[in-house]
Order: sequence, then C-alpha cells, then structure tokens
Amino acid sequence: MEKSNYQNYRIDAENICVDYNGKVALYDANLRLKPGQICGLVGMNGAGKTTFFNALTGFVNLSKGKIRINGESLRSAQKDQTIAYVPQSEGIDSQFPVNVWDVVMMGRYGSMNVLRCPRESDVQAVKDAIERVDLTNFLSTPIGNLSGGQRKRTFLARAIAQRASVLLLDEPFTGVDIRTEKLISELFIQFKNEGKTILLSTHDMIHVREFCDLVLLINKTVVAYGETSEVFTPENITSTFGGISPDVLFGPES
Amino acid sequence: MELSLLSSINTFVTDPLTHDFMRKALFMSSLVAAVCGFLSSYLTLKGWALMGDAVSHSVMPGVVVAYALGLPFSLGAFIFGVGSVALIGFVKQKSRVKEDTVIGLVFTGFFALGIVLVSKIKSNIDLHSILFGSPLGISLSDVNQTVLISLLVVVLLSVFRKDLMLYCFDPRHAKTVGINVLFLHYLLLTCLSLAAVVGLQTVGIILVVAMLITPGATAYLLTDQFDNMTIISVLSAIISSVIGIYCSFWFDLETGGSIVLAQTFIFLFAFLFAPRYGIFKFKKFFSNYK
Repeated sequence: MEKSNYQNYRIDAENICVDYNGKVALYDANLRLKPGQICGLVGMNGAGKTTFFNALTGFVNLSKGKIRINGESLRSAQKDQTIAYVPQSEGIDSQFPVNVWDVVMMGRYGSMNVLRCPRESDVQAVKDAIERVDLTNFLSTPIGNLSGGQRKRTFLARAIAQRASVLLLDEPFTGVDIRTEKLISELFIQFKNEGKTILLSTHDMIHVREFCDLVLLINKTVVAYGETSEVFTPENITSTFGGISPDVLFGPES
Repeated sequence: MELSLLSSINTFVTDPLTHDFMRKALFMSSLVAAVCGFLSSYLTLKGWALMGDAVSHSVMPGVVVAYALGLPFSLGAFIFGVGSVALIGFVKQKSRVKEDTVIGLVFTGFFALGIVLVSKIKSNIDLHSILFGSPLGISLSDVNQTVLISLLVVVLLSVFRKDLMLYCFDPRHAKTVGINVLFLHYLLLTCLSLAAVVGLQTVGIILVVAMLITPGATAYLLTDQFDNMTIISVLSAIISSVIGIYCSFWFDLETGGSIVLAQTFIFLFAFLFAPRYGIFKFKKFFSNYK
C-alpha cells in the first residue's frame, strides 16, 4: 500500500533528522500531505518549526531520513519549481532596494535562462499574481514603503507567480491587517481547489482551527499529527508547549 | 579676469593629462573603482563589509610570495584571499569563538605574516606601495593583469547580477527554486578577492576596503532600485577616483588616501542631503511647498 500511494503525496517526509554541528534540532519527524490539504505546523519557539521548513526547502541537509515531493527527490522538485517558501516578516530585509514587481519576478527566476531575462509569459505570470493579491497599484513601490500586510502579499504573489504546488508559509498571519488576513484566507480556499498543498506555521490557535485540515504538533519531534478536530486537543497542545496550559496560550496570543 | 579663470580651470584639468603616468593612473583608477563600485552594491547589502576588510588584508602574504617567486601577484593574492575565507569558515565551525572575532583574528594573522615576509625576503618589494597603493607607478605587466582581472569580474557580476541580488536578498528562495546558492556564495567571494587584488594597486591594502563598501553605502542612501544603486555606486566610485588623483597631483597628496577621502566626502554629502534617507530630507521639504 505504501509503495502504490507513493506518488499521491505532495509532501512525504520520512524520519527526518536535522542537526546543526551536532546539536539536534529535529529528529524522527514524519509528515505526509496530499494535494489540497492545508496543514498547520504548531510548536514553541525553538521547537524546530523553522528547521522543518529549512529541511523541506533544502536549506539544510538532513542527517537522516528522506523527503519526497510529488514522489520526486527534493533536488528535482527544486528544479521543477514545485516548492515555494513565503518567509516570515522578520526573515527578510525590508530595506533591500527592490520593489513589488522585482520581488514577484523572483518567483520566475528558476524557470528563466541564466541571465534571468523575463519572457512574455513571465511578465504575464507576474502581472496575474500581483492582481490576485490586490497590489496592482503598488507595482513600483519599494518593499520598504509597504505595510506589513502588503509585504506579506507581495511574497505570496511571488509564490503564486512561481506556480508551485507546495506552499510553505512561515507565520503568514503575524503582523498583517484584517484585509490581508481576509485575502489570504480566500487565497487558501482557491489554492485548495487548485490542488496545492499548504504547510503553514502559526502561533495563533484560532487560525489553526479556522484554516487547517490537519495539524502537526512538534517539539523537536512530532508530538501529534492528524485531523485538526481530533489532534488539536488541549492535552496535546499542553504537551507540545512543555506543560503550559492552553488557556494561557489561547488568551493573549490571539 | 573671466578668461584667466577659465584658462586656469582649463590648466587644472588638462595639465595633468599631458603626463603619461597621469593618464595611466586616471584610467587604471577609474577602472578599478568601477569594478569595486559594482561589487560594493552586493557587499553592503549582504553585510559583508568586515569580510571585505578581512580578504583585502589577507592577500598581503600572497602578494609578497608571488613577487618573490616571480609569479603574477594576482595569483598569490587570490589564493590567500580565498584561503583566508575558507580558514575563517573552518575556525568558526570548529570552535566556539564568535564569527567577528574569528574574522579579526584570521586576517590580522595573515597581514602580520605578510609584513614579516617582506622584511625577511628583502627583494625589491616596495612595502609602501603595497600598503598604500601606487597608481602613479603601475608597471605595464601590472596594467595588463589589472585590466584582465577587472574585465573578468565585470563579466561575472554582469552575468550573475540578478542571481547574486537574489542571493543577497533571500537565499532560501534562491535555493528553493533550484539556484545553486553555494556557487553564488563562492562566486561572490571570488569576485571579492579579485576586486581586492586590483583595488590594492590604486589605494593599497589598508584602504581597499573603502573602495569595496563606501560607494555601495552612498548609493544605498540615494535609491530604492537595485539597478540604480549599482549605477550610482559605480559612478560615485569613478568620480572619487578622478577627484582623488587630481587633488593628489595639484596638492601633492598621497593618491590612495585622496581617492578614499573623496569617496568619504561623497558619502557624507549623501548622508546629509539624500532626498529620502538623508538627515535633511529635502524631498519632504519640497513637497511641503507644493
């Protein structure tokens, strides 16, 4: 059964371990996601959420385990533009001298020639993506002059322009305005219908219940994984967050 | 009166050009400045100023050994430039010492080695020209080497300029879309070593780091477009070189020092008067009166 379903998984991470110079950041983590599934990645700071993303983007090497994307190796998934990563707000230099158009165009770099000269199709893809996140009036605005929400939408547009089928979003709802939040949630439904698979990390428990079909609770390894309704229980959350009662977490966090 | 002013300006500009060594110095310095200016956009955005300092100092023993063995000095400098970076990476990974400490430690070690070697080898190496540059006395073979290296760096940076920009901005995205990030990392380091090699001829080892960061920092204050930043950086570097060399000719100043000082003044000007990011935000000032 395992073998026959091999290709059906968008993300198939098997027993992955990552260590940084001997310090274990993540061990024996498993994750399997099918097309159209949205999965929340929940854990404390330092629980290995970023490491998980790093592993799935190929930004760190696994010390053990295997990752397959659409049944292919990570390397060929990268070449095929299958994976898109939407960084968290702190993860990028907002003072970098690029504008909205430039950033979204970066989503096309992987499929361009060596000199990265945009073709007609690239320009169209960028235009469409920017339209979908409602930033058409900000094409030439430097990213430093955008609000947090607009910047988040810019990076979402980059993922859309890339036409990736696997979207990794690091804290997509942190520091965004209501309008952006609404737009992101609408996009999620569209992505789902398009068969894209989304893995998103979040601190906000309400967002998990609202958007995620599945939830992956981690603390250096997988604490619990499954349907949100079944797995996202106060007991599991408590053990994920090292014994802190979920009441505390639910309160001021959202 | 007016005529004499004009003619004296004319003399000021053209008189140095009648000297062969001055024409050569102007050409070489402008070329080197352009190369370093081009690179400096990337270095300032990547936050590699200290790395630039390290590499440029570390090439010292390479230059000395190459001279002693009769090899092209750029070869020796390049090996030690890249070697220093590798060593920094190695020590950082294998010890608990913090990165900036390791950088400082490695490059001063190399630099000291260079100085000791100069005193020991006692060939006709001119320590002064290595440390402070000598654009007025560049030999013909050095000219050829410099032109070749400069062209190489310009071609590399031009071909990979967008990839390098992405690498500086968001390396993880670059990796995710299948771009070879490790290659870009070493490409940037290679260009840095090569630029340090050509830069040390005009301003010397000690000040070459200024050529690698000041023009980029100036341009960063003046624009929000990466391509414009590169252009402004290159132009300000070339202008500084020309100003520096003229001042050095007319007022009998150390050439390398004058060039770097000119760059510093241009930065200062941008720092004070840049339309958006200067201390006196002129754009705001003007828009209030619209």
